Amino acid sequence: MAKTHVTMKVNGAEVEGLVEPRTLLVHFIRENLQLTGTHIGCETTHCGACTVDIDGMSVKSCTMFAVQADGSDIITVEGIANADGTLSALQEGFRMMHGLQCGFCTPGMIVRAHRLLKENPSPSEPEIRMGISGNICRCTGYQNIVKAIQYASAKINGVEFQEAAE
Amino acid sequence: MNDLTPTREQRTAALEGMGCKRKRVEDIRFTQGRGNYVDDVKLPGMLHGDFVRSPHPHARVKRIDDSAALKVPGVLAVITAETLKTVNLAWMPTLAGDVQMVLADGKVLFQNQEVAFVVATDRYAADDGINAVIVEYEPLPPLVDPFKAMNADAPVLREDLVGKMSGAHGPRKHDNHIFEWTVGDKDLTDAAFRKAEVTIKEMISYHRTHPSPLETCQCVCSFDKIKGELTIYGTFQAPHVIRTVVSLIAKLPEHKIHVIAPDIGGGFGNKVGAYPGYICAAVASIVTGKPVKWVEDRIENLTATSFARDYHMTTEVAATKEGKVTGLRVHVLADHGAFDACADPSKWPAGFFNIVTGSYDFPTAHLAVDGVYTNKAPGGVAYRCSFRVTEAAYCIERAMDILAQKLNMDPAELRLKNFIKAEQFPYHSALGWEYDSGDYHTAMRKMMETTGYAALRKEQAERRAAFARGETRDIMGLGISFFTEIVGAGPSKNCDILGIAMFDSCEIRMHPTGAGIARVGSKSQGQGHETTWAQIIATEIGIPADNIMVEEGNTDTAPYGLGTYGSRSTPVAGAAIAMAARKIKAKAQMIAAYKLEVHEDDLEFDIDGFRVRGLPEKFMSMKDICWAAYNSVPPGMEPGLEAVSYYDPPNMTYPFGAYLCVMDIDVDTGVYKVRRFYALDDCGTRINPMIIEGQVHGGLTEAFAIAMGQEIRYDEVGNVVTGSFMDFFMPTAVETPHWETDFTVTPSPHHPIGAKGVGESPNVGGVPAFSNAVNDAFSFLGSTHIQMPHDFWRNWKAAKDLGAVA
Repeated sequence: MAKTHVTMKVNGAEVEGLVEPRTLLVHFIRENLQLTGTHIGCETTHCGACTVDIDGMSVKSCTMFAVQADGSDIITVEGIANADGTLSALQEGFRMMHGLQCGFCTPGMIVRAHRLLKENPSPSEPEIRMGISGNICRCTGYQNIVKAIQYASAKINGVEFQEAAE
Repeated sequence: MNDLTPTREQRTAALEGMGCKRKRVEDIRFTQGRGNYVDDVKLPGMLHGDFVRSPHPHARVKRIDDSAALKVPGVLAVITAETLKTVNLAWMPTLAGDVQMVLADGKVLFQNQEVAFVVATDRYAADDGINAVIVEYEPLPPLVDPFKAMNADAPVLREDLVGKMSGAHGPRKHDNHIFEWTVGDKDLTDAAFRKAEVTIKEMISYHRTHPSPLETCQCVCSFDKIKGELTIYGTFQAPHVIRTVVSLIAKLPEHKIHVIAPDIGGGFGNKVGAYPGYICAAVASIVTGKPVKWVEDRIENLTATSFARDYHMTTEVAATKEGKVTGLRVHVLADHGAFDACADPSKWPAGFFNIVTGSYDFPTAHLAVDGVYTNKAPGGVAYRCSFRVTEAAYCIERAMDILAQKLNMDPAELRLKNFIKAEQFPYHSALGWEYDSGDYHTAMRKMMETTGYAALRKEQAERRAAFARGETRDIMGLGISFFTEIVGAGPSKNCDILGIAMFDSCEIRMHPTGAGIARVGSKSQGQGHETTWAQIIATEIGIPADNIMVEEGNTDTAPYGLGTYGSRSTPVAGAAIAMAARKIKAKAQMIAAYKLEVHEDDLEFDIDGFRVRGLPEKFMSMKDICWAAYNSVPPGMEPGLEAVSYYDPPNMTYPFGAYLCVMDIDVDTGVYKVRRFYALDDCGTRINPMIIEGQVHGGLTEAFAIAMGQEIRYDEVGNVVTGSFMDFFMPTAVETPHWETDFTVTPSPHHPIGAKGVGESPNVGGVPAFSNAVNDAFSFLGSTHIQMPHDFWRNWKAAKDLGAVA
């Protein structure tokens, strides 16, 4: 099948590649770019394990063609850590609040939460729950993911994190 | 001592041992997308395999034409049953003593059954190849309803078994019958029912569902023709078992098979068994000489690999007028689908369903389970539960509520009246188990006090009166569940898989600088073993958990273990870890005695080293002992500091818990709201409370999904209609309730550290709590039992059928 040349910025680096028109963005990211943090869980846009950030929006890369992302600016989970390599507030929050278990949904969840906190730096619990409702987690029951995002929100806003009472 | 000498508390805290909320080691890589899951494995020259699947639930395969497929660019091979017959692999044994087609051999028996395996240079080309394979079918009448499986005119599904009136578990009554399993004293139980003042009888169904971890089942197989070695990376909850099974069925020497389970994206029972994809990828690698990857998609996962439940339980309880239970009689019709591929210990065709007497002191009970074939996917896995234990817990917990309703007694009071008392442990149940420990009354009363149970009942009475007056359209339900699990399979006297006893194992090797590695026969799929196993060792030998690396999943390096499922990791592998650590500690004590120039018996272990009794300044840290192990051991002692333990548990463990669900349902829409959910768990000694709470949250969420909507459903002609996350209920953060957790601690008396396992308790206990809440809400309108799953439509329908909605 004829291939198309695409270029995009991924985690700050200019990348390019030859893809079939039908190549899904998630496969381009995982196979061509070797960035395997972005996962595939359902292929029907339900689970959100494949969530990446494209031009400031959370996008499920399993139902988008790589050619549709030509020219765009993408952040994957590999681009979330601080510039010095330390864990970002969100990554730290997920660890401190036990917001992950098997880790399979985590990249998509963190990339989604990253955009959520840009859209709304101090979300309420219902806003967080609605904000991550495109991402399914089978292990945690979400309660500690909510806390992880609250932790990150507090840290980003420079306020002390107060864990909600049980 | 001076101000810089750490206190005992500081020394203990520095270990991050048992009981502390140690943050997880795994999270550093997982939060950065640096996990290594099977689909991340990419070998040079790797090919991709994918399945042609049957659109029919029951059909004869007349012809498979792969000629067009082989012309598709990138397609290298099409494997069919005929190919597999040349290596005697067209069928494979199941863990339950049955055989299963790897690829359709003459017939297909369920929709989406594997028919041919297309091997291509990439996954897109494999998909093109699938579309070019022509399969001609002759449809046959499908058998969907298990209650019709043994009718005289039922279509015969398994032609390979026709005339064989005996199977792996005894006599067969019909060509579609798999086994009948009976336990208990029938005569005594029948007599109890004849004498009973009060009886109840209800057919309680636990519908078919699916574990559906977020990562599907997948593998990469690589056969090295020169060395004759097969390497398999796979999503395996039990990698050693996979190695042995592959060796037995592929006739390859076991030492030339390397099974590696890397990071696993959730298992929940789905990744215990062996599936056609693994066999086909291995054969494809042998045929092509290249590594072959097989990755299931979600539809394939939901429709072909390992459903759970599908138990239809006719349940009878006998009792006195005062509410003392006198007998239990259960008949189960078990729908196993097209092949009996249950992942149970080999001698247990219905798992440990005979835990069905639950937390109650039944003087007698009788149980019979009939397994039947239908045109549905094979499986019957333990979805986040020990084998068939969630079915048993649901059965008895619903039955107790139904009995309470008949007696017009509060269901909490009925349970308190019938609990096994703390002083009765160890307790021998009427169906043959020896419960190791429990304190049910304390747990139940704590739940009732913490939740304000009495006040909630009062509110419910007021709300019902208001409903009767037409002032509200909401009904309120209180769902109690008091479950007893049986986990930690298991003692070699009664548990094996294909003849291998269900022990587990640990090998610890301490390095000179006071760090070490522990290799364990279990396999984490998210449970955090790298974190918690190190905590056990830290407390046992006084080396900080941060200095212990835990490794699992590589069959070349880990000692043989039976893997992680049925909440067996902590009860069995956890015990092996403690025992291996104690061997390390025993040798360390001898080295310390030699170095401190005292007798071993003059030493006592003190947090992180050995101290001479009565001479507190004479102390040798474990770190220093590790160094000494490599340069100055006592004369005659071998140098080094390592140990291995294979632990055969003397008994199962019996975690229990008291749950309460408070639910409001709008009768006009069926929409429910979980107002409150309280879960008290007693899993014995708690290794890491943070991880326990996390597991309880997750298990409750899966229980919520199952009880309130998650179902693998077939239409009347055998089409599976819930084959994607569009139709298969997966709760998001919006639907998922808030969870309140609590605990009591009743250590297991036979486990080295007193731990019992917890990961599955919330699923086992959660489902009856939700279902009892719904049933309790509707009970005042005249219903006794409404089948799960309780989605909005079914709730509305129940209200309508009961006359509450015009």
